[in-house]
Amino acid sequence: MKTMHYLKQVATLKLDPDLCTGCGMCTKACPHAVFEIKQGKARITDLDDCMECGACSNNCRTGAITVKTGTGCAVAIINGFLRGTEPSCDCGGESQKNCC
Amino acid sequence: MTTNFNSQALKPLSLNVTSVSSRLTWADRIGALKMRIGVGRNNYRVKPGLYKVGNPDSQSDVLVSANYKLSFDVLRSNLDSLNVWILVVDTKGVNVWCSAAKGNFSTDSVVKSLKETSLEHRVQHRRIILPQLSASGVAAHKVKEQTGFNALFGPVEARDIKPYIEAGYKATPAMRKVTFPMKERAKLIPVDFLYEKYKLLILIGLFFFLSGLDRTGFLFGKMMDSHLFPLITILGGYIAGIVITPLFLPWIPFRAFALKGAFWGLSITLVINRLFKVPILDGVSMGLIGISIASFMAMNFTGSSTYTSLSGVRKEMKWAVPFQIAFIVVGTILFILSKLA
Repeated sequence: MKTMHYLKQVATLKLDPDLCTGCGMCTKACPHAVFEIKQGKARITDLDDCMECGACSNNCRTGAITVKTGTGCAVAIINGFLRGTEPSCDCGGESQKNCC
Repeated sequence: MTTNFNSQALKPLSLNVTSVSSRLTWADRIGALKMRIGVGRNNYRVKPGLYKVGNPDSQSDVLVSANYKLSFDVLRSNLDSLNVWILVVDTKGVNVWCSAAKGNFSTDSVVKSLKETSLEHRVQHRRIILPQLSASGVAAHKVKEQTGFNALFGPVEARDIKPYIEAGYKATPAMRKVTFPMKERAKLIPVDFLYEKYKLLILIGLFFFLSGLDRTGFLFGKMMDSHLFPLITILGGYIAGIVITPLFLPWIPFRAFALKGAFWGLSITLVINRLFKVPILDGVSMGLIGISIASFMAMNFTGSSTYTSLSGVRKEMKWAVPFQIAFIVVGTILFILSKLA
């Protein structure tokens, strides 16, 4: 299956090797195989694969991974822009729709 | 509206645990189909709590799920002969990945359901298997700190749970990756198609009316004779953006969704122009509008895709939205001019 890539060099993902203990949780959490463990430390294989879901940083106990998380959804960004809030879709919560 | 498919079977009792089948009934399948075509989409929920599949005992695995019924059904229908517990977390009726992103499938909600169901009295081991896609909301190490339960991230897809367990709770690299094959993309199209139906109807109504404009005023006969070309172009642009672009997503030579949509919008408006053999001004005006609609609808599909980042979508919108607005405004002005010429 062909891997789909989104825009180049935009993801806000950062990894601080000094804080990394090489536990490997990021490789288990990431849905796009952005990380690999090399010589006892995590390494970002391809930044452009990152969708900023935050699964890695959320599960990194040493805080070695930082990423500005959010859902890459144009509708949510438009809603946020119109209401002057952060990106927000009308799903979940009160309206209970199944989308992001 | 609430659904009553299997609702008897799906209510966990306070003391006992409800059994559910690993086989889906026709009602389950029809319910799933209704979700996919956008009928009664609100409130397709499973009651949070503990369920059992087969005959689980104190050594059996515990699989954690969202309380969106499609998530729950996909999970249980992939369990065949396994004897397991399913812990349904209250995710406000939203699927695993989206509720994790929104903070409803979170460390707190998992900890809360572990406590509410007294799982520690039900099983002797201290191990729960979370769907991998809950990781953006659930921090495994915090669940462990707060409950003593080892939270493992299982595979992305429920169909890999059996091999994952059989391999000693190990997922292959492929099991850890989200894919977005054509079949999955196609499933999303009906609901996404209806998402901007009001904008579509307003445009159709507007251009139906504008078709009748004339130097001498408004001609009803002219409207009836010439509305087909603009209306088909509008519909064509819409379909190019939200049907064709998603289906052929990886095979269009641009990364930005707005460009992918514009590519198909241009292609389809060229074909429609050819078919109707319209004058150049009509062709250009409606071409701009078709491209704008296709680009906008394709850009909307970023929310349904499995690989777009917020930073990326923001970046493409910064240039794409001004273009889309300019195209539709200029296109409309040219269309009116072509009527008055």
